[in-house]
Order: sequence, then C-alpha cells, then structure tokens
Amino acid sequence: MSNLNSKKPVITKRRKFLSTMAQSVGLSVLGGMVWTGYIEEAKSAPLILRPPGAKSEPDFLRMCIKCGQCAEACPYDTLRMAKPGDNKPMGTPFFIPRDVPCYMCTDIPCVPVCPTGALDEDSVSVVTEGEKVLDINRSKMGIAVVDEESCIAFWGIQCDACHRACPLMDEAIVLEFKRNERTGKHAFLIPKVMGDVCTGCGLCERACVTEKAAIFVLPHEVAQGKVGDRYIKGWDANDEKRLNDVSTDVTTQTKRSELAPQDYLNSEEVLFDN
Amino acid sequence: MITNIFKKYRFLLLRRVSQLGILALYFSANAYGFKVLTGTLSSSLLFSTVPLSDPFAVMQMFAAGAVLGADALIGALIVFIFYATVGGRAFCSWVCPINMVTDLANWLRRVLLLDKVERKVWLGRSVRYKVLILSLILSAITGVAAFEIVSPISMLHRGIVFGMGMGGAAVLSIFLFDLFAVKNGWCGHICPLGAFYSLSSKVSILRVKHNQPNCTLCMKCKDVCPEKQILSLIGKESGDVSSGECTNCGRCIEVCDDDALSFGIRNYINKNG
Repeated sequence: MSNLNSKKPVITKRRKFLSTMAQSVGLSVLGGMVWTGYIEEAKSAPLILRPPGAKSEPDFLRMCIKCGQCAEACPYDTLRMAKPGDNKPMGTPFFIPRDVPCYMCTDIPCVPVCPTGALDEDSVSVVTEGEKVLDINRSKMGIAVVDEESCIAFWGIQCDACHRACPLMDEAIVLEFKRNERTGKHAFLIPKVMGDVCTGCGLCERACVTEKAAIFVLPHEVAQGKVGDRYIKGWDANDEKRLNDVSTDVTTQTKRSELAPQDYLNSEEVLFDN
Repeated sequence: MITNIFKKYRFLLLRRVSQLGILALYFSANAYGFKVLTGTLSSSLLFSTVPLSDPFAVMQMFAAGAVLGADALIGALIVFIFYATVGGRAFCSWVCPINMVTDLANWLRRVLLLDKVERKVWLGRSVRYKVLILSLILSAITGVAAFEIVSPISMLHRGIVFGMGMGGAAVLSIFLFDLFAVKNGWCGHICPLGAFYSLSSKVSILRVKHNQPNCTLCMKCKDVCPEKQILSLIGKESGDVSSGECTNCGRCIEVCDDDALSFGIRNYINKNG
C-alpha cells in the first residue's frame, strides 16, 4: 500500500518490458514502412528488358541474387547491372537494345551460369531426340513494336533496315506490300512484327535509321493486351481449345440476382428499381 | 624498426591484402576474363567450379518465396559452414569492402579525438538483430530480398566490379555516419549481414584468447576494438573471446604490448584453459 501512496510512480519490470517492446515495434514499423516504400517503388520499373530465359518479372526479382555472372558471361557487354541512379531494381541485369542489343549467341553463355535459376535454361531449350539443346530463338526478352508515325517505311520511303537486321528475318519481322496511292506507282514495304516469333533481341531497334528508333522492344507485360475468355477465333480449332479451361460458374451478381427471375420480372418495384 | 611496424600492424596489413585481393580477383574476372573468382559477393564461382553464395541473401530469397537452383543453395551452404565452424565473423573484417570505409572513419575519429568532444547519439548494439528480422519480414511482404536491394555492401562491391553509378553516395553516407554520428555505427550497430554472421558464428573455433596474468590493463585493445563489449574479460580472467560479435580482425592482438592476447582454437574441453 505504501507504494501506491508515494508520489513516485512504480516502474515495474513488466511496465519496462512492455514499453521497450512497444518502442522497438514503433521504430521497426517506421523503418519498415520507409524501406517497403522504397522497395515497391524500385520494383515498379516496368520498362526493363531482362536477359534471355528470365522468369516473369515478379519471379525474377524474387530469384535473382544479383551476382552479375550473366553480365560477365555476355561477350558483347549487352547486359548491365543496375546501379544506384539507374532507377531500376538495384543490382539486377538488364539491357538497352539501342545501345547494345542481344546478339543471340547460339550457346547462350549468360543463362547456364545463373546460380539461382532466375534465368531458366529450360525456357530457352528444345528437346530433340531426347537431348536438351539450347535454342536462343525460343527466348522471350520482349517484343518489338513499330511506331507507324515515325517509321519512314510507312511514309513510302524504302527502308527495310529492321527487317534485314532481324536474326529471324521473314519470321519475326515480315514485310507487307501495300500500294502507295499517293504516287500511284510505288509500293509500301511495311515492317510487321510477328509477336509469337519475336524474341525481343533488339537488333531491329539498334539498326533503325531514324533519330530515335521507330521500332523498339518493350517488355511483354507493357506491350501486349490480353483477350481473355470471352472472345475466341471460332474458325480456328486451336484457339477454341482455350474454352476447355474456362470456368462456367462465373456469373454477374447484382442486387436483382437475389431474387428468382419470375419474382423480379413480376414485381414492378424490383424491375424498375434503379 | 620495419619489422616492429609490421608486427604492430600484421593483421591489419593481412586484412587489407585479403580485402583488396578478393576485390581484385572479382574485378579482373569481369574486366580481363581472369576467372578465379567470378560473380560478386552475392554469389560467385571459384575456379569455375565451386559455387559460393551469400547465405543471408539466400535466406532473404527464401523469405521472399523463391525456389532456388542447386548452385545457389550449395554455395550458401559452403560459405555458411565455413564461417559457422571455422572463420566466425571473419567475413566482416577480412572480406567485406565496407570494412575499409568504416575503418577509415574509425581511424579518423581517433585522430580527430571526436569521441571526446562529440554529443552522444544513442544507438543500441542490438538494433542490427532487429534490422535482420525486419529484412526477412519485408522480404516476405514485398517478394524481393529486402536487404539485398538496399545493401551498401553490394552497392560498393558491385560498383567496383561493374561500375559505381550513384553508389558512392551510399558509401559516403555510411562513412559520414560512422565518422560524425555513431562510432562503428554501420558495422557494429545496423548491418544485418554482420548480425547474421554474429549469430551464425556462436560456436566457430577460431577465437581471440586472453592471457590475464600478462595483462597490464592499458586498455589499448578496447580502444581499437570495433565491438568492444566483447572484450569484457580483459584483465579479469583468461579465456576465449566467445561472443559471435567478434570479427576476428586481430587488432586487439597486434596493439597489445604485453602478449596478453593471441589467436587460438576455442577450448571446448576445459572452459578455463
């Protein structure tokens, strides 16, 4: 009782323990928030091209140990390691095709050296006669996109620099011939990128003759849309296969769905309610 | 005279040779294709055959939910086992390039007598363990190895091997923090990698030993020690410096004029031996 009456408050061991814990938690939460903020910001650099065989960006960020062995293995110094100030996830490999594109080495030296599997050898290999063979043409680093406004081939000037630079000429970039109505006697030779073949190596971007490249490689997530399940090519048996996996129990739920059709169709109140 | 100087700085010189030598090997692998040690401290390949990986980085990547390749796992295991059984926390003082930065700051502090005049900024030595736990939690939340993406150690190391960028700013800030704010602030208070090795080297066998009868209580060892709380046995009892926080830098041994300190193998059999 004497303790309660004295003016000095009692600092018990428990009080001390709890307040120290609270202090640690407080500081950790503050630090953690700032830290997380930075990481999320760094992660959200979408315009980044990864080495061949890279996993999807979230998995790649999870698995890349930032050792730089891919960059060291690259004979063309295509791959760089993100430095502070590059505004890319720190220490991860990337390339800028306009500076140095991927030259598509057939032995892909950058991929097998990856110690973590962030660069997946299987994704750039084919199995032929029971043997796994590296095939750089299977890589999906990105996809080339043409800006029709600045591509001079769309003006009618003859240029097929990208088409000729493409290591998969006439497969990844094909030339489309169209009549030039303006002159009436010439043809447009228009580059068209075949998205399912293009590897994103960037040799076209490197070769483009305009001041800023009119054909450039973008990551798939940035450059490509997605049809979803609601539209299929009915004339294409292969495309119809997509329907096999479609779940049919997705229905739209509105306020009206709570009632059976005969109920809401017979009730004016519900029928005309908003 | 020369031999005397060498004796007074023998471990310091050896450590600089080790730190710079390792940096030079990594650098020349990238720049000249001299493939003894390729990669970086995060993960590398020794003689193009033996994988080595940073066990703390691998731990964060596990926390982030990564399924890793065998090379990274074997490499992490090799490094972890070496330090946990033999080296102790030797990574911090014999390998880590940041050690040269913080040692310079620490030396300047002593020369400029900053310890005597500076206002004390309080920072607990246990903060690093909280940073360690935090970096694992944040790895799990963000799906990225949280410390690896901000680590000034890899910024400096990668900077030397691949090009610095703005990484110098991070290194400079650690230097200034250690010089003007908190003595041994980064390596002794904050760095979660140091915390990791402190915890993992609790039982490692290479230890600093104290021979109490020789000690004259001059306290030079505590002056130079970057983790002086571990030298609590000085002048009191003979035995091993058993804390995992000892970086095995050997500075205490070389500054001791009385042969009261030496490297040795931890005595597991006779505790007072």
